[in-house]
Amino acid sequence: MLTKLIGGKVVDPAHGIDGEIRDLYVRDGRIVAAPGDVKPDRIYDLRGKVVMAGAIDMHTHIGGGKVTIARTLLPEDHRADPAPRHGLMRGGCGHAAPSTLTTGYRYAEMGYTAGFEPAVLPINARQAHMEMADVPLMDVGGYVMLGSDDFFLRLLSSGAEQKLINDYVAWTIHASQCIGVKVVNPGGISAFKFNQRQLDLDERHTYYGVTPRQILQSLARAVHELGVPHPLHVHGCNLGVPGNVDTTLNTIAGIEGLPMHLTHIQFHSYGMEGDRKFSSGAAQIAEAINSNRNITADVGQILFGQTVTASGDSMQQHANAGHANPNKWVCMDIECDAGCGVVPFRYRDKNFVNALQWCIGLEIFLLVDDPWRIFLTTDHPNGAPFTSYPHLIRLLMDRSFRNEMLARISPDAAAVSHLGALEREYSLYEIAIMTRAGAARLLGLSDRGHLGPGAAADITVYSEQDDKERMFAAPDYVFKDGELVVEKGEIVKIVWGNVHTVKPEFDRGIEKHLRPYFDRYLTMNLDNFVIRDWEIEGDGRSNLLVHPCRQGASA
Amino acid sequence: MSDQRQSKVWENVPSPFCGIASDDLEIEVCGEQIRVLSHGDAVTVPGFELPVTDRLPRVGGGETTLEAACTRAAELLRASRCPVFSGFGTDVNDTRAALSLIGRCGGIFDQMRAEGALRNLLVLADSGWISTTLGEVKNRVDLLVVFGTDIEAQFPRFFERFVWNAETLFGHDPGRREIIFIGQAPSGQASHAPDGHPPRVLACDKAHLPDVAAVLCALLHDVKLQVSSVGGIAVSDLKQVVDRLRDARYSVLTWAAGQLDFPSAELTIQNLCEAVVRLNRSTRSAVLPLGGQDGDRTASQVCTWQTGYPTRVSFARGFPEYDPFLFGAARLLNSGEADLLVWVSSLSALPPPVTSVPTVVIARSGAVLEREPEVFIPVGVPGIDHLGHLYRCDNVVAMPLRKLRESGLPSAHCVLQRIESLLGSD
Repeated sequence: MLTKLIGGKVVDPAHGIDGEIRDLYVRDGRIVAAPGDVKPDRIYDLRGKVVMAGAIDMHTHIGGGKVTIARTLLPEDHRADPAPRHGLMRGGCGHAAPSTLTTGYRYAEMGYTAGFEPAVLPINARQAHMEMADVPLMDVGGYVMLGSDDFFLRLLSSGAEQKLINDYVAWTIHASQCIGVKVVNPGGISAFKFNQRQLDLDERHTYYGVTPRQILQSLARAVHELGVPHPLHVHGCNLGVPGNVDTTLNTIAGIEGLPMHLTHIQFHSYGMEGDRKFSSGAAQIAEAINSNRNITADVGQILFGQTVTASGDSMQQHANAGHANPNKWVCMDIECDAGCGVVPFRYRDKNFVNALQWCIGLEIFLLVDDPWRIFLTTDHPNGAPFTSYPHLIRLLMDRSFRNEMLARISPDAAAVSHLGALEREYSLYEIAIMTRAGAARLLGLSDRGHLGPGAAADITVYSEQDDKERMFAAPDYVFKDGELVVEKGEIVKIVWGNVHTVKPEFDRGIEKHLRPYFDRYLTMNLDNFVIRDWEIEGDGRSNLLVHPCRQGASA
Repeated sequence: MSDQRQSKVWENVPSPFCGIASDDLEIEVCGEQIRVLSHGDAVTVPGFELPVTDRLPRVGGGETTLEAACTRAAELLRASRCPVFSGFGTDVNDTRAALSLIGRCGGIFDQMRAEGALRNLLVLADSGWISTTLGEVKNRVDLLVVFGTDIEAQFPRFFERFVWNAETLFGHDPGRREIIFIGQAPSGQASHAPDGHPPRVLACDKAHLPDVAAVLCALLHDVKLQVSSVGGIAVSDLKQVVDRLRDARYSVLTWAAGQLDFPSAELTIQNLCEAVVRLNRSTRSAVLPLGGQDGDRTASQVCTWQTGYPTRVSFARGFPEYDPFLFGAARLLNSGEADLLVWVSSLSALPPPVTSVPTVVIARSGAVLEREPEVFIPVGVPGIDHLGHLYRCDNVVAMPLRKLRESGLPSAHCVLQRIESLLGSD
């Protein structure tokens, strides 16, 4: 079947196209070149509308153990946002930690066609995949968490050669069916199990004797040498701690030019100036990003209201549990592999710290020059639920709206922030870079995030409006792999997305080390640990897609 | 059907029946007959070895085709104003299919083991906890406090696999681990150390467990007490336990909520969780709520990610609603609010409750029913007849389940999907 999309204003930064009026053709789920005289089977008149690739959320907690702990923790939040069975949609719940089904519907209704779960514990990867399999209408993928797992720390502390570490990292990516590698509070989740309460960049883990700096260097090198497109995804030390801007700057310097992605960097950009010993480090962070081309970051913007923070960082979540609102929280130590902490939060605009966090996130967005290296996230649901993205986009695109909001927050916070003086307004083109082309490039998804021939036909069509929040909240059409799934705000078809992975080459000899380790110390057999393809593809809904790693990347 | 004469031996088979999901079983399959050759126990052996009996579905006691039985189940669901679905010894896919059907017909989801599970879930949603997993226990625990629970009665291999292991990652000698039971003494000797050393037991009646937990929690919060003994246990003995907990590097407090079957047991569990939170101000400690037999945690996990709520969920108003009291199957059946019971249990052979309302049973072949239901559909078992997935009691580890034989029995998820398709679109 040939579908023709006529006369839309195409915003496709991967090809440098900024608002040109163009026709697009879709056949068998792919965008194709103009096919000459062939009569299309279906035509959509998109004159006056803006056409972009489907949006990609490159960091969103949509599946896995801690998300389901968050769900269990917050029945009252679900009750306030029931999602009734309607049309093709099954019932569920929304707001801070939505049910999987509702997650897929609401992302699709906003024109998102892919989301990546950033904290897949190796031992819990099966659950992450089973939950993501129940997110309809979206492609998914995961970053597997390493750096507090005993096997890696043991290798590192014993002075194992980098090649062995690379093999272990690659084996774990395969076994967990992931597309990238994340490290959370490097070594800190493990250190907390040994009763350490903080682990600064150059502080030694009491048992293994290694430092977060060494962990970061080793993992970043592994990811780079394996040719995995997505750089090491880093949730740094000291999340949320005033003064952590120095840690973050040292982290950037300490990686010595290797590619590194700093996630939810807003939470890592705090100074200690002023009467309250809490200040914005956004300018220094933005400057560091601007001058270090090996660094990318997503913001993790906070927005005001109730949410829940779900993190692998059990050490910092335990430290912050006193701020839980409502007053309940969960921390968990997991299988000598990782951990998690789930703490509900209510960000308040009249609270100095929360208001300044809001300013810091926006300052970073506006001060980082290159939209290809900064990404639009709220670290869903940690800074705010993903459903607030249209509001966030308006804050970035509309300075007068931003300043209206700024006038409502804690005056003390507004007074110490430079946000009001920042004139920049993001363009549609820049938004499309951050939420499409840049995200796809960062993850190595060559056929997503753009509208050129050969791309998967994940397409979102908006009516251009002055109110960008309204524009991005309700696209006119969303196509997923060429199928029309949303029309004028209604889900018109349910399809199931793909699972994006990479499969770096490695020496299977690593299993000679791993198999006895599993048998002696862990609680499941290695063969039962590895996630087989049938587990993801077996019920006929999801397809595994394997993206190439860079050739010859190995050092 | 496979060749009856040839047997095949499978190694490292995961058990879907025990909540600790032991995956080191050696199993021989000869035709349809299964034998656990090694690492079996009082839970896994009957789970695996239960013979296939019924092959054909029945309607009104008469054998019929699968299609006719599904059609009759769909008719009953169409006519029902309040169908309640219970049982749920099921794996992930069976639960998925059930939830889809329940949503389609506006039914209510409950589990046969929900009463116990809710004692934990109510605490989790009210104050939370600091918890751990079996692998951490195996490698880290130096003091294990067992509260009101006879672990080996339900988890026969718990001590062998996670406490008296030969070695740990961090060089501790597992044989020196300290075990303290509060409440009942263990029924066997699984908790005795390899050198024969028995655990310490502070015995009290079940009825006194709430008081003992309150005192333990109070002592950890440095509250001065007027009493010198509680439930027959000297407060000085409980003070010693508190001192041991404070001195331990990594203590674990464990219970099986199903065994804490007294009124308001969630408040007792909450006391234990608060005690552990307090301990973590200075050292490390965690709770380990045991459970999850026959896929109980599995059904709850799937229900949570698909609806937001862990169990006892009604879809009657079109969206999932959670009420741990109103949506209990027993209450709904006894009060006459439910007019149809659909029992789904592909893992467990436990029969449905006897009730006056029409009943549809989708259960593993071999289940013995006390009363012939209106519809009975025998199905295969995930982990024996079908591939599948099952959660362990710590909610983190999901095991892949194997297909060990060709029985020709349909899976519960296929049956449930067929019934839903027979209901047509909304």
